[in-house]
Amino acid sequence: MPEMPLHRLAHARAGDKGDRLNISLVAYEPELFPLLLEAVTESAVAKLFAHRRPTAVKRYVLPKLIAMNFVLDGVLDGGVTQALNLDTHGKTLSFRLLELRLAVPNALVKFARPAI
Amino acid sequence: MSDRMLIGAGAGYSGDRVDAPGAVVRDLQEAGEPAAIIFETLGERTLAAAQLRRRQNPALGYEPKLAALLQPVLKDCVESNIPIIGNFGAANPSAAADIVADLAREAGLRLKIGVVSGDDMLDAGGRAVLRECCDDLPDDTLLVSANAYLGAAPIVEALGEGAQVIVTGRVADPSLTLAPLIHAFGWRHDDWVRLGRGTMAGHLLECGAQVSGGYYADPGFKDVPGPECIGYPIAEIGRDGGIVIGKARGGGLVNRRTVTEQLLYEVHDPGAYLTPDVTADIGNASLADLGNDRVRVDGVTGHPRPERLKVTICFDGGWIGEGEISYYGPNALARARLAGEVVRRRSPPGIRIRCDVIGVLSVLDGDAGRGWEQLEAFAAGGSTDVRLRVAFADNDRKAVERGLAEVEALYCAGPAGGGGIRSQMRPRIAAISCLVPRDAVKAKVELRGAGHA
Repeated sequence: MPEMPLHRLAHARAGDKGDRLNISLVAYEPELFPLLLEAVTESAVAKLFAHRRPTAVKRYVLPKLIAMNFVLDGVLDGGVTQALNLDTHGKTLSFRLLELRLAVPNALVKFARPAI
Repeated sequence: MSDRMLIGAGAGYSGDRVDAPGAVVRDLQEAGEPAAIIFETLGERTLAAAQLRRRQNPALGYEPKLAALLQPVLKDCVESNIPIIGNFGAANPSAAADIVADLAREAGLRLKIGVVSGDDMLDAGGRAVLRECCDDLPDDTLLVSANAYLGAAPIVEALGEGAQVIVTGRVADPSLTLAPLIHAFGWRHDDWVRLGRGTMAGHLLECGAQVSGGYYADPGFKDVPGPECIGYPIAEIGRDGGIVIGKARGGGLVNRRTVTEQLLYEVHDPGAYLTPDVTADIGNASLADLGNDRVRVDGVTGHPRPERLKVTICFDGGWIGEGEISYYGPNALARARLAGEVVRRRSPPGIRIRCDVIGVLSVLDGDAGRGWEQLEAFAAGGSTDVRLRVAFADNDRKAVERGLAEVEALYCAGPAGGGGIRSQMRPRIAAISCLVPRDAVKAKVELRGAGHA
């Protein structure tokens, strides 16, 4: 099975409240949603953000929107008023999620965006 | 009475494009239906910054762009009976109302201004409530601002009194949209389903362009037409709470993807989006793309509102300083890394410090700097045009100044070939939030006449 970054399969947006980051993940095509459900799990996301030491990662599934919402606690170094990060909101981190690499069944490759 | 109302968004944050409201108002005028326009300009810390400005000058403390945002559209809105509702009063709604009154006079308009206040909890009574409800309240002398999130009710009251411009301080963002809907359709305060729908319409509007092609473009993957002149959103909301999101003329786009991104923006549990008015629920929401930049939102519902109101408390958080220096060419990364280590060794003991190499590893890493030891692994692309950034934080201003001086000293005493040093220091505002009983917060509504008598 070909492997590709999540960026070719879905889009994402990050938001913050205090030390809590949420990242929505939206499938480009409905056909891709089951694959995302299977592969983009709470543990896969926790691993991707391991260097930020999340205290909790929670996934909410919105099938009618072909979307998921990930809520990561404790990853923003205290959040916008505390962190020394250039991006205190963590807004750039939606594209960290999109770096996740997935094995994509051949039958689904046609639904992926072309490689850059 | 119309069964539909249009609500446009003129601004989604403090610092938004000031030419955006013009197209929204023109489209609302042409539609000729009942309409309102909202301006959401308060972030989590914006109010604290506004409070600091007010301390320096009691006539300030409102949204600095207020006049620039309203001047071009005030006359059209008043003449077309389009109420303007904004939290641009920030820390000083009364002074903001004075500015609106000045603009009205200049435009030869007579109008009624509604001033909503009572969110400010810094007075003695408010502080007593906070001491009761907040565990980690900082010392009184450090408090900069404390504002409760008001709901739609005081805005509805002002609309009922005939206010044409309504100036508020801290009001929950979606309440700006919900209020004119309650006013127009007479929704009951416990009609949770409709309040939930109106609230999510407000949620989709409250960040302005973020639902109509702003904060969306990813070239080749998600392209946006006319990103330099995005038409800000206009929602059509029915008496039953049905929502269609569209946009004003100009660039941008509204489709299933833009709306989904914004629907989930800053949401945690989709089944419980908490506001002072209602617990909105998008767990079962669905979207229908109607074409022509219009998307219908179905399946939104609501549940009883939370018992308590959120208060955001901002306090003096010491100082933050940032210094930067660039390195280019062979071995640039090693020189940048050495420079960071030199600054680290010479910085005042105990100061919080973080080093980044912009272009190699910065925003991805946490403040603990776990990536610093493996910088080379992140430089796989081989960038040789990099910039060291060192950030410091401390309660003691002098410690931060000493840290920044060490960045400055890299010019003559640091590694070879460093250039382009910039540094800046600013006070830090820290924030916490807590929940207080509803009856501890008393919203106030004042009506003022402006313009020729």
